[in-house]
Amino acid sequence: MSRHHGPDRSLRHAVRLARVLLSSQYALMLEFRAEIVLWALSGVLPLIMLGLWSGTGVASIPGFTPQRLVHYFLAAFVVRQFTIVWVIHAFEEDALQGRLSPALLQPLNPFWRYLAAHVSEQATRLPFVLAIVALVALVHPAALWWPTPAGLLLALLATHLAFLVRFVIQSALTMLCFWSERAAALERLLLIPYLFLSGLVAPLEAFPEPMRSFALHTPFPWMVWFPAQLLSGGTVPVARGFGVLAAWGLLFLPIAVLLWRAGLRRYSAMGA
Amino acid sequence: MARPAPELLRYLRTLRRFWAASLAAELEYQANFVLELLAVSANLAGSLFTLSLFYGHGHDLGGWSWDAALVVLGLYTLLDGLTTTLLQPNLSTIVTHVRTGTLDFVLLKPIDSQFWLSARTFSPWGLPGLAAGAVLVVVAAVRAGARPDALHLVAAALLLVASALILYSLWFVLAATSIWFVKVWNATEVLRSALVAGRYPVSAYPAGLRLFFTVVLPVAFLTTVPAEAILGRASPLWVVSSLLVAAVALLISRWFWGFALRFYTSASS
Repeated sequence: MSRHHGPDRSLRHAVRLARVLLSSQYALMLEFRAEIVLWALSGVLPLIMLGLWSGTGVASIPGFTPQRLVHYFLAAFVVRQFTIVWVIHAFEEDALQGRLSPALLQPLNPFWRYLAAHVSEQATRLPFVLAIVALVALVHPAALWWPTPAGLLLALLATHLAFLVRFVIQSALTMLCFWSERAAALERLLLIPYLFLSGLVAPLEAFPEPMRSFALHTPFPWMVWFPAQLLSGGTVPVARGFGVLAAWGLLFLPIAVLLWRAGLRRYSAMGA
Repeated sequence: MARPAPELLRYLRTLRRFWAASLAAELEYQANFVLELLAVSANLAGSLFTLSLFYGHGHDLGGWSWDAALVVLGLYTLLDGLTTTLLQPNLSTIVTHVRTGTLDFVLLKPIDSQFWLSARTFSPWGLPGLAAGAVLVVVAAVRAGARPDALHLVAAALLLVASALILYSLWFVLAATSIWFVKVWNATEVLRSALVAGRYPVSAYPAGLRLFFTVVLPVAFLTTVPAEAILGRASPLWVVSSLLVAAVALLISRWFWGFALRFYTSASS
């Protein structure tokens, strides 16, 4: 190493690495933009639920007017779009196809590449998400609103944090790929409570009481309901939300790292 | 060429071989059964919970009683089981065949390529969903006080077949687009997520969406129309249009496959 080996140099190295990773992954994702449109479309659940709720029991959700409901579900749609995580499928595919071994030879943990791929995919997704929001605004002219600057900033932070937490949790689950062929099935199983408890099918205010407290003790509502409420101007416990998200992330990060090390030992032990 | 009857027999015989072989292969992974059972139960519990959010406050969905809405949910679960059993395992491989060029071998086989791609494998892991859906439909229909006569039962059976055919055609057309869009995670996920709308009676949606789910994406014909027949209140108009939609959808899938193949130039070219 050179005489300038210090925090300054390693920071510059990290910045360059991030720039190269992001720009190459973004170019890659642009190639797949047709598929990404389809993926964006596959997140329509909040919009379907908006249809159902606006057709029926709006009055039964405390604190929600028909207009607030449109805002909430539109915000939930946007939040969901930018918190989609598919690292387990990418990793499984790479491991099966033998692409993991050459990636391990590089002086960079492959998960940084997956993270860059996710961020680049979100950037590719952005114009389509805006187009869908514009389309909804055409149908519901009153659907658009201006979030307050503070609300927007908090919602952005919460969405990114929710994405990172989901990424870390799914990465921990991904490590089970080293031991079992059923890791992706476990992820699909975990997606079910996420679907029903996260606030994608209904804002948590609509849940009856014991169920709402239960849901709030799981990480799921903090990943959709919390950022969506921030974005649409609802009232949520801000400090608690960020705290819960950070706690789940910090809980699973060491698990993911430990499993990665143990898994790698097993991977090379198999002679691959 | 062969006469129609032996030809049909040949296909049925082939189908038996296909499914026996894939059943034997799948039974190697028996842990899947537990996972599927858990997934079906969790999905049903979640759907019931979501429905109860609407009904719990004294509202209903588009004029449907709780039990009648459960018939719709049961039909959705049934179709979801069908998807896991046949549609997903077969049609999701088209994209791999296109990517790796093995579609060439499929096209060379002395059997219809659409048949081969649609029926080659059979996954027993959708059976818990099929069973749960069937039980829910029967229990909910009885609780809703449905006393369908023979005519309505025949209509319901026909409509179920029609809805399965519509679902198949939608899946097949979307899966066939992988001739153009080559990526492992394919377009059928969009379909699966949009069809979630079929968990609820179509009359619960606002007018615009109702029209969309009837004319553009025929969700109404998948669950709501057969449910009406099971509950003994099918109208002849809906029965006829459902059968018509099924026939047209099947023909379109057939035509689309021929069209897509014209753009298939094998992996090397």
